[in-house]
Amino acid sequence: MNLRRTLLTLRRIMQQLRHDPRTVALLLVVPSALVGLLAWSLQNRPGNFDVLGPRLLGIFPLTVMFLVTSVTTLRERTNGTLERLLTMPLAKGELILGYAGAFALVAIVQSALVSTLSYTWYGLSHQGIPWRVSVVALCAGLLGTSFGLALSALATTEFQAVQFMPAFILPQLLLCGLMVPVAQLPDALRYVADVLPMTAAVHAIDANQSTTYYGAQFAIMVGYIGAALVVGSTTLRRRTK
Amino acid sequence: MSATLALEVSQLRVVRQHHEILKSLSFCVDSGELVGLLGPSGSGKSTLMRALLGVQAITSGSALALGETVGSPRLRRRVGYMAQSSAIYTDLSVRENLAYFAGVLGVNRSQVEHVLEVVDLRALAGRLVSSLSGGERSRVSLAVALLGAPPLLILDEPTVGLDPVLRQDLWTTFAQLAEDGTTVLVSSHVMDEAARCGRLLLLREGHLLFDDTPARLLSVTRSSAYDDAFVRLIEGAP
Repeated sequence: MNLRRTLLTLRRIMQQLRHDPRTVALLLVVPSALVGLLAWSLQNRPGNFDVLGPRLLGIFPLTVMFLVTSVTTLRERTNGTLERLLTMPLAKGELILGYAGAFALVAIVQSALVSTLSYTWYGLSHQGIPWRVSVVALCAGLLGTSFGLALSALATTEFQAVQFMPAFILPQLLLCGLMVPVAQLPDALRYVADVLPMTAAVHAIDANQSTTYYGAQFAIMVGYIGAALVVGSTTLRRRTK
Repeated sequence: MSATLALEVSQLRVVRQHHEILKSLSFCVDSGELVGLLGPSGSGKSTLMRALLGVQAITSGSALALGETVGSPRLRRRVGYMAQSSAIYTDLSVRENLAYFAGVLGVNRSQVEHVLEVVDLRALAGRLVSSLSGGERSRVSLAVALLGAPPLLILDEPTVGLDPVLRQDLWTTFAQLAEDGTTVLVSSHVMDEAARCGRLLLLREGHLLFDDTPARLLSVTRSSAYDDAFVRLIEGAP
């Protein structure tokens, strides 16, 4: 592993984004606008946004970054650049960490923007600790990125990659506690829900005043990120059958 | 360098999804040779090139490049490869593409300007690849393969879609590189490009039909044009 090549890869991905301002705008504007829309729709039901808003700060980055990463890495696989890079002295881990780093930067800006707007303009008044919510938002972005890297190996076209979104994200959305508290789910579903990455993000946001509980959920998220990055790097093959 | 063979292929077979793509190929290439790998599309040229690069798994037989087993990590700086797909980032400029690959290879930044000169892309260096034509993109891809002056170049159809003048220039470049000691393996399905090579490998349906100089190809088939020679070779084949 070589830090210089990792940073070069990170810079290359940022250069690609810089040449694509529309994608950057979508990455930043869409989550902010959606949370704003939620705040507005709950205007006549005081208190609801204070519960739902913070959860969305965990859910949106996961969803958006999952989509962006899986399509971007799939493009790298299909246009031949991945094969070319793997014939060069670039370690798989350097490529994966380059991607994770670049999209982490995007996730930081994205979550900072959504959090700031929520706590100011959208009038979020949350019982919890704002910086802890922002950390979860960042982790959620990284969760999306790392799972996108890993699952893009299963897709052979960008169309398929987009189809993974409902397959991977929607079940988690239904089970993460956004609509039904996890404790009230049927037993079998509750066991599943308890180990899903998105549930960890929602739990960490809901109970972020309890340092131990927050810490445990944070550890689960970090574990998932690490595991997905390792799986992602094993899906990069230098040699095809 | 001249002591070792640039390529040493022995009874190489590649089977992919129950299809035998390469059927027991054997040949050697000396350092500094300019070798044309010719054959109709689907004959196995790209598979052979990918096998020599180590990205295509070999079913049986052996292949050595620059004295090392193909795919060895030590070859990653020493073999330049240009695939049929241009394999460059369309959302980066020409120079940004070259700078990134140069960085990954760990070669000097001055190399970027040098290879831009060789493929005659100086004027387009700041343009986004997505705004370039197909021929221009393949020149960018060739430029990447040339970074760091690797002793072995494996080029899959580098002249496809180029105008005749540029095609001529590139073949002159390949000849120059070979003269300076670089081994160049170039594939093409245009038989007339055969004349530019010091040696020809003709591939058809995974078999090596012919392995000798272009002049010899014309004389053994009593042909005056390379297309005819190829047809006669197929008809005469057992």
